Amino acid sequence: MRLPGKGLNQGAKPITFAFNGRHMTGLEGDTLAAALLASGVHLVGRSFKYHRPRGILTAGSEEPNALVTIGTGGQQDPNVRATQQELFEGLEARSQNCWPSVERDVMAVNDLAAPFFGAGFYYKTFMWPAAFWEQLYEPLIRKAAGLGALSGEADQDRYEKAFAFCDVLVIGSGPAGLMAALTAGRAGADVILCEEDSRMGGRLLAEREEVGGKPGHAWAAEVLAELEAMGNVRLMTRTAVTGAYDQGTYGALERVSHHLPRRHSLKGSHLPRECFWRIAARHAVLAAGAIERPVAFRNNDRPGIMMAGAVRAYLNRWGVAPGERVTIFANNDQAHRTARDLHDAGVHIAAVIDSRHEAPDGGPYQVIKGAQVCDSAGRQRLESITVRSVKGEEKIQTDCLAMSGGWNPSVHLTCHLNGRPVWKREALAFIPSEGAVPGMVAAGACNGTFSTAGALREGAEAAAKVLEALGLKSSAADLPQAEDDPYRIAALWAVPGKGRAWLDFQNDVTVKDVKQAATENFRSVEHMKRYTTQGMAADQGKNSNVAALAVLADATGRTIPETGTTTFRPPFVPVAIGAMGAGAADEGFKPQRFLTSHGESDTRGAHQVEVGLWYRAAYFPKPGETNWRQSCDREVTLVRNAVGICDVSTLGKIDIQGADAGKFLDFLYTNTFSTLKAGKVRYGLMLREDGFVMDDGTTARLGENHFVMTTTTAAAGQVMAHMEYVSQVLRPDWDVRFTSVTEQWAQFAVAGPKSRELLDGLLDEEVNGETWPFMGCGEATLLGVKGRLFRISFSGEHAYELAVPARYGESLFRELLKRAEAMGGGAYGMEALNVLRIEKGLITHAEINGTVTAFDLGLQGMMSTKKDFLGKPMSTREGLMAEDRMRLVGLKPVGAAKEITAGAHLFTPGDSVERIYDQGYVTSAGYSPTLGHPIGLAFLKEGPDRIGETVRLVDHMRGADTLCEVVSPVFFDPEGDRARG
Amino acid sequence: MAELIAKSPCDGLLPVTVGGMSLTEEDPGAMWAVAPFNGEDKALSQALEAAHGMAFPAANRATGKAGSRAVWFGRGMALLMGPEPDAKLAEHAALTDQSDAWAVVRLEGQGAEDVLARLVPVDLRAAVFKRGHTVRSELKHMMASVTRTGPQAFQIMVFRSMAKTLVHDLKTAMEAVAARG
Repeated sequence: MRLPGKGLNQGAKPITFAFNGRHMTGLEGDTLAAALLASGVHLVGRSFKYHRPRGILTAGSEEPNALVTIGTGGQQDPNVRATQQELFEGLEARSQNCWPSVERDVMAVNDLAAPFFGAGFYYKTFMWPAAFWEQLYEPLIRKAAGLGALSGEADQDRYEKAFAFCDVLVIGSGPAGLMAALTAGRAGADVILCEEDSRMGGRLLAEREEVGGKPGHAWAAEVLAELEAMGNVRLMTRTAVTGAYDQGTYGALERVSHHLPRRHSLKGSHLPRECFWRIAARHAVLAAGAIERPVAFRNNDRPGIMMAGAVRAYLNRWGVAPGERVTIFANNDQAHRTARDLHDAGVHIAAVIDSRHEAPDGGPYQVIKGAQVCDSAGRQRLESITVRSVKGEEKIQTDCLAMSGGWNPSVHLTCHLNGRPVWKREALAFIPSEGAVPGMVAAGACNGTFSTAGALREGAEAAAKVLEALGLKSSAADLPQAEDDPYRIAALWAVPGKGRAWLDFQNDVTVKDVKQAATENFRSVEHMKRYTTQGMAADQGKNSNVAALAVLADATGRTIPETGTTTFRPPFVPVAIGAMGAGAADEGFKPQRFLTSHGESDTRGAHQVEVGLWYRAAYFPKPGETNWRQSCDREVTLVRNAVGICDVSTLGKIDIQGADAGKFLDFLYTNTFSTLKAGKVRYGLMLREDGFVMDDGTTARLGENHFVMTTTTAAAGQVMAHMEYVSQVLRPDWDVRFTSVTEQWAQFAVAGPKSRELLDGLLDEEVNGETWPFMGCGEATLLGVKGRLFRISFSGEHAYELAVPARYGESLFRELLKRAEAMGGGAYGMEALNVLRIEKGLITHAEINGTVTAFDLGLQGMMSTKKDFLGKPMSTREGLMAEDRMRLVGLKPVGAAKEITAGAHLFTPGDSVERIYDQGYVTSAGYSPTLGHPIGLAFLKEGPDRIGETVRLVDHMRGADTLCEVVSPVFFDPEGDRARG
Repeated sequence: MAELIAKSPCDGLLPVTVGGMSLTEEDPGAMWAVAPFNGEDKALSQALEAAHGMAFPAANRATGKAGSRAVWFGRGMALLMGPEPDAKLAEHAALTDQSDAWAVVRLEGQGAEDVLARLVPVDLRAAVFKRGHTVRSELKHMMASVTRTGPQAFQIMVFRSMAKTLVHDLKTAMEAVAARG
């Protein structure tokens, strides 16, 4: 019911929205909960386990009951707290966990079976038969229990991540937070003030009180105006700080567009739905306030039973009376304000029930002292309560009960670095332990100081403390006058009696469940939590934790501090996975690296394949070629018979210079490079420290102290990091400098018997066997551009690699293709490149798989005995040189089946195909058009000694079963005449 | 005779304008990595000063001015942007041509800081990261070099092959910042 003239939203424009299909009107600035209460709607959802009717309990992010779903399909948001969701034109929300409707929910029969569903029910009941758990019980239980659901469709929203930095992060904008921000802002600190609500002011918006001689909300507005004008203060509303992390880093979730019609955040428009902030703050002031706790009594979960502070918020901020005949049940003075405010607003107060005999008298309404509410009635809305006092039990008609069991300081963030809160007995509350989060100071209600004057004072003090640490001067704060009432409270956690008294509304956990846990010896608070699931729902037990452990303390005969709290973990409020993974969808998933030849390859219809982050052409189909093998065979053949062009720029290229460059390479590689002559290239093998092979490649000597190393594409980064390690850690005394030049050069292989002919006329220099002998290198001028030419071959053919500055890459690629095609050659891709190198027995990271040694590869001869090199001591371990290791061989099919597949395992014919008889495995395979049959490289036990033998190749995955002859890994031109010629 | 045609890293991708912000490709001229050899820091800095008018930059700093800048580029290395390095520098430092290795863009306009706050995990507030300050850090998933060149202007560099992703990531962040108004 909206009360005219009440609330801070005077003159707000009406907004229409729908709830469960019913159209209603609210006011701008309303939360969905406020608008529903204004329309007389209390029943919002059904509970998790028992499908009990539930209403709005709170007015903030701690809401356990009033969770709704907004949107459908890829725009469906489940578990939206109606107490946080702001109203916008056209908002459509619906209840959760109910069918066919929230009023008539079939699964409410669960509530009748409640005696069977207590704590531990599932563990005890669904134990056997074991197989039934996954197949039957769990799916059934999941169907019956639950909150909102996802649609299963891809998320259509945009999300965002961002970083922020400040001197002082102020968390919360109530009196303590505002005072802290004001003090820090005035001193010139860079301040970020975060508030999870859409409007700053905290409890000042919910209470009727004066601050500095004016209404609290007016004082807040003035402070905010001053902060806004400062320039060094950033005000972030709708931003909940979700976690405290090391070194002053805080996570925060900003709800950017939840308050706007959906179109604003869909892909295609640009506003994110949520932004996940990482805020690095030199210091922080925690002014997160406190959360009012319910009292557990029988049927305390009926719609219409609310927190007393929330009732004041609805009344004073939104001008909404949640009932017409309101009762109040409390154990503290503060809750009496609810009666006062409602009464002043003209709402009938049926009674104030205070558990304390010495409760204050209050106003012109009945205060029943030393009494407790012990039951309630009303199916979908509260109708009456039963009050128990020394006079006996009495029923009172009421449609809204405002309850308060006191306040729990929001200590959550102070516990995220493993701090434990301490029990403040006089406040019956856990408060932060000092220094729990380095750099963070708590102030106000979250610190157990509940008066407004106290909050203002502590806010200013916290800021002063932080400013001192920052070396900034703060002027003595002029604290405004404010309410400074003592916080009078007497313990009341659960009202004794039969029936179910709810502690955790969201997970349907009762006092009885907690006692049951204690009875069954789950006495530790952490065990109780897991046995009963208390505090394990989406609200993480914000409302229920302290009461539950108080009940546990009582049941186990311990004090509350002895019992202790469970562990507070981030996030403070639920964070959409979409927000955490923001920006990682579609193209944002990872960077794409494109070759300079990419566009031209695309134009030629090349099939691109991802190689790490790179995109490379796999093959270039010609008209009439219907599968990749045809293209691959043709490309292999054109290299063997004419000339092929392949972009090899992805290989790592590292420029190495310095007086000790040769020495450095000698240490990195197993073989020697310091003796290499300038203008020559040498193949090298690199080991890890543990003696296994890390990478291979060629290194060219361009000058006395200048080398260019090539690495494999796969290990480019790894080799670079390895070199940094060697240079920075192992040999910092050596004078050597290196940097990656992978991106500087576009490099193309020109391979085939006609490669030299192709270069004729392209280079200013004459290319012949003397100027560029096999493994020669040097600078060359191509069509007027300075480049480099290397006479190296990965195909076994007479071949060159030609490098030009990358800006000319595309142009050179086109020119090379034009020339090659005129000679009967053309482009070749990764598939052909792979077949060509397998034919030659050349290795890649398919072979260098991290488990192989130089010995396994037959390259033990490359391990110099004359010098030290990295990995040498470990590589000489006996086991790494054992004859029966799996070692590199070639395979060719000899039986009827001709299929060789990479990943297949090898067996001795006649042996059973079992792991224990495994003889080795295939690393690379392809069809050789040159030889006319499939070929493969494999690691085989005692491989080189078994050449000529037959092995059986089995691949269960692809169904291959082939008899193969073990051959030399070099299938083609074993003498290497073609490359040298 | 055929001629090789040069293409810039962001060819066809830029410029982009979103709200009051612009993203344009820079032509930095020559770019050379300059890495002083052991014990040559001072001599190199003097040679750099004599030849090109700027000292070797300290960590996280850039020296010189637009068109002739030395940008700190990581441990013991600066990137000389603009002039071809004087031959004398080679006596004191390893010189490596990187003119084609990096995509260089300029992000400018109201909101540029907010755009980078979505991509770079480093404090780039004007009071902390002033003109002439530079950092090697991540930009989304890419290793980048970011230098403030004006009150609302940044020079951003990533590997040439990642130019398309750079433009995509920056444009997405620019649109998101602009959408907040």
